[in-house]
Amino acid sequence: MTDSAHPKTLEAPAHPGGWQGFAADWSSDQRAFKSATWGKAMIWIFLLSDTFIFSCFLLSYMTVRMSTTVPWPNPSEVFALTIAGRKIPLILIAIMTFILISSSGTMAMAVNFGYRRDRVKCAVLMLATAAFGASFVGMQAFEWTKLIMEGVRPWGNPWGAAQFGSCFFLITGFHGTHVTIGVIFLLIIARKVWRGDFDSGRRGFFTSRKGRYEIVETMGLYWHFVDLVWVFIFALFYLW
Amino acid sequence: MAQERAHEEGQQHPIKLYLVVWGWLFVLSTCSYLVDYFGLEGYLRWSLILLFMVVKAGLIVAIFMHMAWERLALMYAILVPPGAVLLFVAIMAFESDYTHFTRVTFFGTGNASAQNQAVEYQKSSGSEH
Repeated sequence: MTDSAHPKTLEAPAHPGGWQGFAADWSSDQRAFKSATWGKAMIWIFLLSDTFIFSCFLLSYMTVRMSTTVPWPNPSEVFALTIAGRKIPLILIAIMTFILISSSGTMAMAVNFGYRRDRVKCAVLMLATAAFGASFVGMQAFEWTKLIMEGVRPWGNPWGAAQFGSCFFLITGFHGTHVTIGVIFLLIIARKVWRGDFDSGRRGFFTSRKGRYEIVETMGLYWHFVDLVWVFIFALFYLW
Repeated sequence: MAQERAHEEGQQHPIKLYLVVWGWLFVLSTCSYLVDYFGLEGYLRWSLILLFMVVKAGLIVAIFMHMAWERLALMYAILVPPGAVLLFVAIMAFESDYTHFTRVTFFGTGNASAQNQAVEYQKSSGSEH
């Protein structure tokens, strides 16, 4: 056995880049994701599975919309709001979009300040993200209330194809649930960052690894994903 | 390599990069909103919506989610599988086209039944209140 004869010669090989690196990483019978920790790899795989869930929802929406013989309600009119006596199409949805994008911006900066060990700025930016997220959910609640008052149900609506309601409640409801869960976790992690749990290694979940602010990036990946899903919902459900 | 070092300390990029991407996302969202505001129709509308959607999604994944700085192994592990969804889209587009065809053929023309259904619904919801 060569390893017993020359134990010192076993040193970590340099990792090649590009296609060679791709093949080597997958065929090396060890850790496939060299630069990503297990935490990052796992959140990405979770997000991949969530991608399939939302894809299936949007696909079923496409299927019922394409196959119905009844005209589809015009989202531009359904989601219009009258502001100062003027009917503006889709305005609430546009505002919600800008709010969610802004929350993504503050989250990206929170991750950055986390890695710089600037825990006050990191926590404040995470709280701002949570505030944006909460206002998004609030607007969605308003939108749901308005539509339910106007007679939209999962089994019918006053304007056309009955499937409109079921698609709307399923897709926006599932997305809103994701945003709500995100806001709750943002508050939990922001509190831990603020208190300095990641510096002191204080006991508790997500805090065991001293000096590691990676959980902020994991949180960020989830939050950006929620924004990403909204980009698709906005385009395919509200604008199509 | 600077890139390798960035991974050791976690992702570290200038704040300005995030602000620029944020700005672009605002511009692109405004553009897609304007598509609806000006009431563009048909293929122009659909292609513009898809274009803005894909660019926005790309910016979020590449910059905000730092995918641009990950190794190719992770990039492909995450980004290739959703490609299967496109095949699924194609299958379901065929399927729903066929369903639509059978409905038109066997249930008569779509518009008449649409009117009836809307009227029926309004009647039934009116009696509820």
